[in-house]
Amino acid sequence: MSESNTDVIQGTLDMLILKTLSLEPMHGFGIARRIEQITRGVFKVNPGSLLVALQRLERAGRIDAEWQQTENSRRARFYKLTRSGCKQLDVETAEWERRVGAIARLLKAEG
Amino acid sequence: MSVWRQLKLGFRTLTSRTRVDQEISEELRHYLEESKQAHIARGLSVEEAERTVRQFGSAASLHEQVRSYGWENIVEAFFSDLRIACRQLRALPIITTVAVLTIALGIGITTAIFGSINPILFESLPYPHATQIVTISEFTNDGARIDGTFGMFRALTERSQSFDAIAAYKPWHPTMTGTGPAERFNGQRVGAAYFDVFGTAPFLGRSFRTSEDRMNGPNVILISWNLWQRRFHAEEAIQGRVIRLDDTNFEIIGVMPKDFEDVLAPAAEIWSPLQYDMSQGRAWGHHLRTIGRLRTGITYDQATGETNRIARDVLREQRPETYGEQIKLVVKSLQKDITSAVRPALLSIMGAAVLVLLIACVNVTNLLLTRSVQRQGEFAMRAALGAGRARIIRQLLTESLLLAFLGGAAGLVVAFFGVQAVIGLSPPGLPRASAIAIDRSVFVFALTITTLIGLFIGVIPARQTARSDVRHHLQNARATGFGNSRIREALVVGEVALALVLLVSSGLLWRSLNRLFAIDPGFDSANVLTMQIFDDGSEGQRFFEQTIESVRQIPGVASAALTSQLPLSGDLDEYGVHFQATPDRASQSYGCFRYSVSPGYIETMGIPLRHGRSFHENDRSNAPFVALISESLAKLRFQQSDPTGHRLRIGPTNGPPYTIVGVVADVKQMSLAANESFAVYIPAQQWQFKDQTMSLVIRAQRDAATLAPVVRAAVGSIDPDQPIVRVATMDELLAASASERRFALILFQTFALAALLLAAAGIYGVLAGTVAQRTREIGVRSALGASRRDIVVLIVRKGITLTGLGVAIGFLTATVVTQGIVAILFQISRLDPPTYFAVVALLFSVAIVASGLPAWRASRIDPAITLRAE
Repeated sequence: MSESNTDVIQGTLDMLILKTLSLEPMHGFGIARRIEQITRGVFKVNPGSLLVALQRLERAGRIDAEWQQTENSRRARFYKLTRSGCKQLDVETAEWERRVGAIARLLKAEG
Repeated sequence: MSVWRQLKLGFRTLTSRTRVDQEISEELRHYLEESKQAHIARGLSVEEAERTVRQFGSAASLHEQVRSYGWENIVEAFFSDLRIACRQLRALPIITTVAVLTIALGIGITTAIFGSINPILFESLPYPHATQIVTISEFTNDGARIDGTFGMFRALTERSQSFDAIAAYKPWHPTMTGTGPAERFNGQRVGAAYFDVFGTAPFLGRSFRTSEDRMNGPNVILISWNLWQRRFHAEEAIQGRVIRLDDTNFEIIGVMPKDFEDVLAPAAEIWSPLQYDMSQGRAWGHHLRTIGRLRTGITYDQATGETNRIARDVLREQRPETYGEQIKLVVKSLQKDITSAVRPALLSIMGAAVLVLLIACVNVTNLLLTRSVQRQGEFAMRAALGAGRARIIRQLLTESLLLAFLGGAAGLVVAFFGVQAVIGLSPPGLPRASAIAIDRSVFVFALTITTLIGLFIGVIPARQTARSDVRHHLQNARATGFGNSRIREALVVGEVALALVLLVSSGLLWRSLNRLFAIDPGFDSANVLTMQIFDDGSEGQRFFEQTIESVRQIPGVASAALTSQLPLSGDLDEYGVHFQATPDRASQSYGCFRYSVSPGYIETMGIPLRHGRSFHENDRSNAPFVALISESLAKLRFQQSDPTGHRLRIGPTNGPPYTIVGVVADVKQMSLAANESFAVYIPAQQWQFKDQTMSLVIRAQRDAATLAPVVRAAVGSIDPDQPIVRVATMDELLAASASERRFALILFQTFALAALLLAAAGIYGVLAGTVAQRTREIGVRSALGASRRDIVVLIVRKGITLTGLGVAIGFLTATVVTQGIVAILFQISRLDPPTYFAVVALLFSVAIVASGLPAWRASRIDPAITLRAE
């Protein structure tokens, strides 16, 4: 995968995680599975990149993390959105839509 | 907020790494387990699910990926690098010590020199808005600087718009009597605005008022903090205190602050208003200097333009006969003005220090290259274990930086002593010498060059290591890098070149100094003692006459005399000498040094009499006025004809005429190097104005210096109230007159010696390395019948080739960069062939010695042993 491609993925990964967490607090695998389900498999998330992204968001104060018991009584790290994370999601969503709109217009343009 | 989180979470990781690692493992395990379960739930078999999960990568590499996030990892890596670096340096104590000492030498020398020249050349002067302080100087048509006149100063004060304050000043040396032993002070008479120009106010009391700066104004003085401490025990109630200076009462009105530095008169301890006497047309005599403070926003050029316009106007109005258009005023920053004379010498010394530093760096780089060859195996191993090239380069740079900082720390010690040495050696004329110290800017400088050196010495070995194929070395650890030895040889060539440049420079300076001392000063300096004595004139000429009489009685004194100015002592007393018209020549004036002397001066100083007679005891005030002129003046005015009997006037053209009775040799007055003005000698008794300051010159039968205490006692017994200053032998004055060149020479020689030793070490190091690398080849050669001599020649030839290349490059470099020291050379070309020849010969001799030892060792290699070791 070329570098520019990774950039796009990385840029969107944060947004995807924030969006997923805006629905409910979740552990790492939960997030990955939810992203995969909702995008119908377009985005498959590697655990390495996901956990690094989660650390990054945690350091930036977008999300908080906490060890909790899962339904099948195992310990897992649950992430939830902070207030700053909510705002960031709005900002990124708006920015993303602006770009998508722009690209769509360009692609639809006719000579 | 997020920065704080970054720090907090980072520190948590740093302080509890194990727990954080466990958490990462647990989270990963949970993730992978959930993933597996999800696959199973979707209907995959356990094995299939596990295989799918493994596609993410191994648990270990995932863990590595996750844990590598965060700034704390850089810190951790740094400390781990540092630990390895320390271990490496400890493992090779000799190489480490040599490298640290070499760096310490380089950094120490450079830092000491930087610390010494920084306050002089780079730091701004210790005044508020120092760049606005300027000197306003007068230059004649032919570019010579002359002292300013009061008339010009007054005109500028009245008409100029460019300055906030202007002040004229002149030296003042009053003698204090009445309280304790008589003491002669260094001081200045200054315009009332003098301290306003500097932007400094007294620490106690007040500054001068304009009303005090008038002829016959009140006698008030400001004293320095030091004088206040020294003579007045820091009395708080010093204001209003009256002291006696030159038999006049002066009131102390204030004390200058402790840190006030009068750069125009560093030794000044006492200041009084100028109170200029404008009677007798003195207003247009050239004997003042002027400084000013520019208004904010006015440039030096603007001010120069304005002062010249004013000068032209005022001179046309008031002095059309003498000035005309022939004067040019220059407004120049005070800093530039006081440092311009020493700038070339100081900058070339700094250049030399940097050369030493470069040579030191080259040497250490060589050492590190040697070591990195030995460490190829280690790096190969680390590379195989997964360390990237970046990681290995970082490791090497950490090591070289550590080495540099150890050297830098030791270098500060060297710098501390170096600065002391520079202060001790510094020539008396060095401005701002008192400000030389190791201060914060020097530390910053040392830190900066240390870091640069750390990177410099590390970068070549690091690149070298990164480039070489580490895996190849792992398979064949013995085939140690030959590409590496190319670089090392190139470095030695560079080192020899740099050393040659330094050696040539110091050789040229040495030859200059020899030339300078080979100059005939015009008198015989051996066994002559001199000192300055003063007579306030209250008892006519009696004090001087009695002094001479009693000194002549002292056993061991061959002869003694007095003179108003002493050669090479810094005295400067120049007059216009006006020759009367003769039938064959028009009248004409020449600028001449005026010497008022007692009978016997010419003989005591050993100045050769070329023609006519010298002075004798009968040349008194009531006898016909007589004069001696210098040889060059006689030649210019009278060519081959006899000057005796011709008449001249000294100073005012309406003064008494003197008849020339003889011609004496030219004497160097200002310095050995300067092309001197002419001189005229007259008997002290026949001088119209009385000199209150005279220099006693005593020719001893043997060692002059030992006579000093006896002579002091003899003078003191006549009048204990008269101070005696500037006690020195003529030989000392002669040496002092060349002190700036000597200063540069001593430093250059020190640096050149260091450079030579370092270059020798470099040549030795590279050849020793070559021998070690080529052990096998040498073994084969001797097995095939090469004699020991052949092998010695083989190695020495290598050394000579490298040196030869370095010499060639250095030779070309030296012919260019010696341009930088031309200003401090004397009567010698910067391309002086004997110097270059001697330096080249010296370098080759050193190269032969430095390659001799490795060659000898190579010749002892036993072929049987090396071949068996295969």
